[in-house]
Amino acid sequence: MQEITSYLAPRSLDEALQAMATGDVTVFCGGTDLAPQTEAGVRRYSTRLMNIRRIENLDGIEEKDGVIRIGALTTISEIRRHPLIAGAAPILAEAAEHFASDQIRNVASIGGNICNASPAGDMINPLLVLDAAVELASWADGAQQKRRVPLEHFFTSPQRTVKRADELLTSVTFRKPAADFVGRFRKSGPRPALEISTVSVGVGGNFSGGVLRNARVAFGSVAPTPLRARHVEAALEGCKLNADVISAALVAARSDAKPIDDVRASAWYRSHLLEVFLEEVLHHVRGN
Amino acid sequence: MSVAIEISFTLNGRLVSARIPPTMKTLTMLRDRFGLSGTKYACGEGECGACTIRVDGKTQNSCLMFAADCDGRDIVTIEGLKTPTGMNPVQKAFVEHGAVQCGFCMPGMIMQADYLIANNPHLTRQEAQRGLEGNLCRCTGYTKVLDAVESAVEQKCCGQC
Repeated sequence: MQEITSYLAPRSLDEALQAMATGDVTVFCGGTDLAPQTEAGVRRYSTRLMNIRRIENLDGIEEKDGVIRIGALTTISEIRRHPLIAGAAPILAEAAEHFASDQIRNVASIGGNICNASPAGDMINPLLVLDAAVELASWADGAQQKRRVPLEHFFTSPQRTVKRADELLTSVTFRKPAADFVGRFRKSGPRPALEISTVSVGVGGNFSGGVLRNARVAFGSVAPTPLRARHVEAALEGCKLNADVISAALVAARSDAKPIDDVRASAWYRSHLLEVFLEEVLHHVRGN
Repeated sequence: MSVAIEISFTLNGRLVSARIPPTMKTLTMLRDRFGLSGTKYACGEGECGACTIRVDGKTQNSCLMFAADCDGRDIVTIEGLKTPTGMNPVQKAFVEHGAVQCGFCMPGMIMQADYLIANNPHLTRQEAQRGLEGNLCRCTGYTKVLDAVESAVEQKCCGQC
């Protein structure tokens, strides 16, 4: 086993970023992904282990100038129950509702779910539909450095992101959707709880008079990363959601999804499920 | 040899301290260092809920929790639920309804049920079902567990009574 030479539990972001600046730190918050991954031997610890759960002002949900900001340490339980999310972005609450179990939701953080970068990450899909961006902080020249990355460009491959080893994800933000925004999410698995999605589908957009505008579609578990389904979006954009448009969207989905065979499902089954779910979700949007 | 960490925290109402390796999980610490074997090791990966404990009032899987993160916190295990007069009302309801067969999942089930009732005195059967999704029983099933929870709710009990 890897030797751990220090354990850090900083209270301030400055302290955490300074420690990360010299590299070789394993970061965790709830530990619900890190613990099983290291126990199973699929991930190794760095020489320093840092618990970021106690960093002040890195949690909470707020709205400012039409932008909703969720601090990285905010738990899935908090998102599931938050009135601001329920009112402005129910698609996110819906995903939180189907996330693991109560015991895991109580400690798993939104930042951790994003940084774990699983193609099946439950909160990622609705955040893509909300066109979210992540804020990454680091320490250089004696000060905090920050950059924003659209979530769509954050993931590079399974468990890999554009975040550097010296950067910490501090928040995820998205513009508060307009009143006519409709968002729907559906994930699948053989049971309702503690399920790692076989396929997940999220659809959102401004919907009025039966027409979907600014259509945003996200898929999970059908490619090396969670993704925006740009072909499906193009097939839907500005169209009246009728049977022909929905059929065209299902055909377009084949160009966006690149499923593989793995322990949870075959590529064929995933493709099939994706079409079934996309159709269902689009009908839900239409029925709104 | 990895660094050792000194922590102190409240365990079932008592202030305790421990010196532990940084990667030790709370479940291991509770069982091996404090002899509190009521909290069970089953799947070891957060799937079954047998290791459920309460941390600062909220339930979580102790098998996934780094023991170092217990520092300064309030930890309650199944052993901490008992009252001066014996079992707590949720425990009693489980016994009265025969919700127990082999019993291995019970500490986790009861910790979670107690948490659900403490946070929602009007918990419905359906809400109990959702709230207990993270707790698996491999022998009796769930009907009697839900009967027990319903009955505990009817008695308007909570973890603190």
